[in-house]
Amino acid sequence: MPGKLKVKIVAGRHLPVMDRASDLTDAFVEVKFGNTTFKTDVYLKSLNPQWNSEWFKFEVDDEDLQDEPLQITVLDHDTYSANDAIGKVYIDIDPLLYSEAATVISGWFPIYDTIHGIRGEINVVVKVDLFNDLNRFRQSSCGVKFFCTTSIPKCYRAVIIHGFVEELVVNEDPEYQWIDRIRTPRASNEARQRLISLMSGELQRKIGLKVLEMRGNAVVGYLQCFDLEGESGLVVRAIGTACTLDKLSSPAALLPACNSPSKEMKEIPFNEDPNPNTHSSGPSTPLKNQTYSFSPSKSYSRQSSSSDTDLSLTPKTGMGSGSAGKEGGPFKALLRQQTQSALEQREFPFFTLTAFPPGFLVHVGGVVSARSVKLLDRIHNPDEPETRDAWWAEIRQEIKSHAKALGCHAVVGYSESTSICEEVCILSASGTAAVLNPRFLQDGTVEGCLEQRLEENLPAGCGFCHIPYDELNMPFPAHLTYCYNCRKQKVPDVLFTTIDLPIDATVIGKGCLIQARLCRLKKKAQAEANATAISNLLPFMEYEVHTQLMNKLKLKGMNALFGLRIQITVGENMLMGLASATGVYLAALPTPGGIQIAGKTPNDGSYEQHISHMQKKINDTIAKNKELYEINPPDTSEEIIGSPIPEPRQRSRLLRSQSESSDEVTELDLSHGKKDAFVLEIDDTDAMEDVHSLLTDVPPPSGFYSCNTEIMPGINNWTSEIQMFTSVRVIRLSSLNLTNQALNKNFNDLCENLLKSLYFKLRSMIPCCLCHVNFTVSLPEDELIQVTVTAVAITFDKNQALQTTKTHVEKSLQRASTDNEELLQFPLELCSDSLSSHPFPPAKAVTVEKASPMGEGNFRNRATPPCASSTVGVVKMTPLSFIPGAKITKYLGIINMFFIRETTSLREEGGVSGFLHAFIAEVFAMVRAHVAALGGNAVVSYIMKQCVFMENPNKNQAQCLINVSGDAVVFVRESELEVVSTQQPTANCQPSCTGGEVTT
Amino acid sequence: MTSELDIFVGNTTLIDEDVYRLWLDGYSVSDAVALRVRSGILEQTGATAAVLQSDTMDHYRTFHMLERLLHAPPKLLHQLIFQIPPSRQALLIERYYAFDEAFVREVLGKKLSKGTKKDLDDISTKTGITLKSCRRQFDNFKRVFKVVEEMRGSLVDNIQQHFLLSDRLARDYAAIVFFANNRFETGKKKLQYLSFGDFAYCAELMIQNWTLGAVDSQVDDMDVDLDKEFLQDLKELKMLVADKDLLDLHKSLVCTALRGKLGVFSEMEANFKNLSRGLVNVAAKLTHNKDVRDLFVDLVEKFVEPCRSDHWPLSDVRLFLNQYSASVHSLDGFRGGSLSVGPPS
Repeated sequence: MPGKLKVKIVAGRHLPVMDRASDLTDAFVEVKFGNTTFKTDVYLKSLNPQWNSEWFKFEVDDEDLQDEPLQITVLDHDTYSANDAIGKVYIDIDPLLYSEAATVISGWFPIYDTIHGIRGEINVVVKVDLFNDLNRFRQSSCGVKFFCTTSIPKCYRAVIIHGFVEELVVNEDPEYQWIDRIRTPRASNEARQRLISLMSGELQRKIGLKVLEMRGNAVVGYLQCFDLEGESGLVVRAIGTACTLDKLSSPAALLPACNSPSKEMKEIPFNEDPNPNTHSSGPSTPLKNQTYSFSPSKSYSRQSSSSDTDLSLTPKTGMGSGSAGKEGGPFKALLRQQTQSALEQREFPFFTLTAFPPGFLVHVGGVVSARSVKLLDRIHNPDEPETRDAWWAEIRQEIKSHAKALGCHAVVGYSESTSICEEVCILSASGTAAVLNPRFLQDGTVEGCLEQRLEENLPAGCGFCHIPYDELNMPFPAHLTYCYNCRKQKVPDVLFTTIDLPIDATVIGKGCLIQARLCRLKKKAQAEANATAISNLLPFMEYEVHTQLMNKLKLKGMNALFGLRIQITVGENMLMGLASATGVYLAALPTPGGIQIAGKTPNDGSYEQHISHMQKKINDTIAKNKELYEINPPDTSEEIIGSPIPEPRQRSRLLRSQSESSDEVTELDLSHGKKDAFVLEIDDTDAMEDVHSLLTDVPPPSGFYSCNTEIMPGINNWTSEIQMFTSVRVIRLSSLNLTNQALNKNFNDLCENLLKSLYFKLRSMIPCCLCHVNFTVSLPEDELIQVTVTAVAITFDKNQALQTTKTHVEKSLQRASTDNEELLQFPLELCSDSLSSHPFPPAKAVTVEKASPMGEGNFRNRATPPCASSTVGVVKMTPLSFIPGAKITKYLGIINMFFIRETTSLREEGGVSGFLHAFIAEVFAMVRAHVAALGGNAVVSYIMKQCVFMENPNKNQAQCLINVSGDAVVFVRESELEVVSTQQPTANCQPSCTGGEVTT
Repeated sequence: MTSELDIFVGNTTLIDEDVYRLWLDGYSVSDAVALRVRSGILEQTGATAAVLQSDTMDHYRTFHMLERLLHAPPKLLHQLIFQIPPSRQALLIERYYAFDEAFVREVLGKKLSKGTKKDLDDISTKTGITLKSCRRQFDNFKRVFKVVEEMRGSLVDNIQQHFLLSDRLARDYAAIVFFANNRFETGKKKLQYLSFGDFAYCAELMIQNWTLGAVDSQVDDMDVDLDKEFLQDLKELKMLVADKDLLDLHKSLVCTALRGKLGVFSEMEANFKNLSRGLVNVAAKLTHNKDVRDLFVDLVEKFVEPCRSDHWPLSDVRLFLNQYSASVHSLDGFRGGSLSVGPPS
């Protein structure tokens, strides 16, 4: 009996008119938790009722506290007929269960109805009294903190990063139950919302239990997704990284050494099994499974492993004989051995993090990915979701083996996704193979001396680029050169990763968003035939997406991709591939060669001319891009860097003498890298199209930058002006003569136009950067393509951006701090502070609003009478893990919300655009209200995980499901640290002034 | 390829002032796009017409959703759906309630009824303001009127509190409400030379001096209705012209005081009786609703026009009227009296 939940219903406002006769409402409230329901009195004839109820008390298990949402229903009392529901509020009370998070939830919540949208607001106060429970075998995991943020949260320090946690729960989808035929859409929507809320609570609790078992106290990079499998059910799954976190303000209290318990962590059957397929035919699963299992590890997975090879390096034969790597050899082996021991105990050495404490990431191998096509069947026993578990386990195994092939023992920046169309489901997983420093994986005590050597040998800023695999025994043909930074170790010529740019990486110039877009038609087919068709198409798509990425990267004059996310979406008659990443020029990697076009018929004069014309165009574009992104040749940058690295000429001489004594190939190798050009063969019209499409990508207008990573490499003087947004577009393809090319063009235009629209809309923020640009593609119907984009626009200070030398100084400063700070505190934390605090002149607090031409100061004073000051507190939302120019002082808990909206009067609500626009605005409003009620003023790591939109214009109907999540936080502006400490409470307290509310 | 759905939703609601103006002015999306193209925005930003179309549609949709809230501005402040910085909220409200001079002159003093609303298309053709914009402005007048009509307290304060308007705009609305309530005739050809500002000035003075609120701010504080008792009292003024002695005395008082100060002294002296008779008659008739409505017409006919035909400069008119009313106080039976001020022009 370890918890008492207390709820008080204070008041309502702006309620809808429920009684046409009086134009008023007789409202009362039902408060439900679990199976207990309380009611308030009926407040007669008011649109702004003041219930001021007593405290409703629920005595509940903490298991229920975690699973169940608090459900508040506002109704209109009707003496003669049934009471009419006005709307509901679901409150996730999870944040109240951590010791350090929120202590009370109090504020105005929008009253939401799945048919009518938001209908007024209700003021609620919720508290939880939690009793300590020392029962070892408990089912709850209260106290485990969850973070959506994919890095160590800003006010914490990671003591140990334990590793991967995953869980999934399944259930029948209420929308597809027989009862749905007789109940109202509202009832069905509410059943769905409630079920998903319950399931995510359960999922979180189960993951929490796993974390406790690992002796962790938090989950970072928590990603929860829904698979709406239609007839076959509803799957809620989540992955995350278990950590032991320590609050930074408290003195570094080291936890007792706990490296052993993870050994007997889990006993999932497929643990060591090399061929998981045999397991899927286990006794509890029906025979069907076996036959439908599309042998992913046989046909397709082989393909994907080869394509994955492509992803990490350009296929290129004839690399220099690589004896030069010797000096690093034995050391590398030692390191590998050690890390291996730390990671081998883990079933899946995966990390959902994308940014790491300095020193954590030793080497990066490249992107690993796996996909598999499955046929969905009805989930027979919701309590035993084995089929789905087995599917994912297979994929994870594959990822693990890919990583091994790259000489890596871990996968970072790991994520999973699905795409479902009818009964076919593509499961995808991807990440970045990496070698990690064991220091953070377990309590490091023994490796002291080794670390010393490690840090001596690995200069920060390039270490992670060095190849983790043995070059004599490479998993694939690749072209290696000596690192351009330290000249000691070998690096690949191109690096693709799914992680954020490491903070200590040396980057030249700025980065940019690079997208590969691709469509492939496929025949409509049923079941197995369909799945086979998709399986056959996938490798080709992946190959083409990769080629496109590579070409575009070269065209930008860059040599590395970060934050790579490849999404393959399946539709009735087509497959869509969309890859987004942020291209950068890493100083450690060789200068990318240009793109050379080769024609097939060298004798044809006009053709030749055309080719040379194209070649010229490409060369011009590369030159232009280099200028645009400020990519200067490395020698000049080396001069700027100055002291820490010897003069270029000196160094090369030094190198040469070295190489003369040991190996002559070295020098050759270096020069070879520069001459290397990427040859594009134009052998048919298709290839011609590809080249054309390469050149049609328009760079953003001047003053705009874009990236899909957390921050833009090369810009670090952000102002505090941010604007998060979601944009959705749906286009209808003309069904006539659809060819792959036409389709590609349509899709390309859709994405390009969408970006252009964004640049135009946000033009008042120039100079600005679109960060964390996240594209999602779905194919809701035959001829419909839906693209959803969420991103944040951040203004930066142009003047300071020009001082590139400064950043270099800061870089070296960082490096120094990384060396000195050691284990005391996270250097990451310190660096980011010094970085961000430095460039801001404290007085320059840029307000979001632009000056109005009416003379704002006077205008505002005159225009706002006293009561107007009690406006709603501002809540910022951002997909980033930080807020520029501000310090996050507290994490209040995870926000994970699921909404359904349906309409039967689509035209009246402004058509599909009006409907969805209003719904997304409402979702934002509900997120903000929940954050404000927790006492927060921002949501970080915000993500719209799902936006499923279905329409039926003939019936005047539409339905949309949205799932969002993020971390509620309290932030304080750096420039007003002292001032705000007094203002904070006022910002949180809800407007109690009702003077201005008389409306009639 | 056709765009089925195209939306942009910001955490902070984006408000484009130029598009807002076009929307308020009642332009359709296609007209607005055409106007924006003409403004040269495409060249400035390098955008395409399609982008502009999508952007305009988006803003129009936002404004359409905001309109419901703008009808009760305090709602806009307390609502949670659109996160808008306070200064932007104020701008939205202020611009929404702003009106065109040409439009307000057409409906000032008219009953804000369905009948008048039907005439809006005529007004639209006459003034060149789109019918949509006319409707918005008319509905604004009517809405403000309905809310404050029966309310106690200062008219300007009430409007400010319920519509969160700037001081300037709230005063204008007070004038509009006051005129609508008393149905002053302002549309006659004779009155065409008067601007809304002129009428608003009169309204303000009348609210200050002629209404119930002016007499006693404690009880039945109503700013919209003229004080009946006061109007009744004005009948007493008839004495000024009916009693020959009093008229002469008044005249001599005024003339003595103004001798040498007035450029049009001789004209004034010659016309005094006419002018005084005109003014007093206008005042004395105000107990009849019909005559209240014609107040401005009568004033212009009986006082302004004679003055104008004699080419009185404005300063002289002012001097004369001040002296005219001040002198009355020194006449027997007129102690503590009242003040009447004609239109300033």
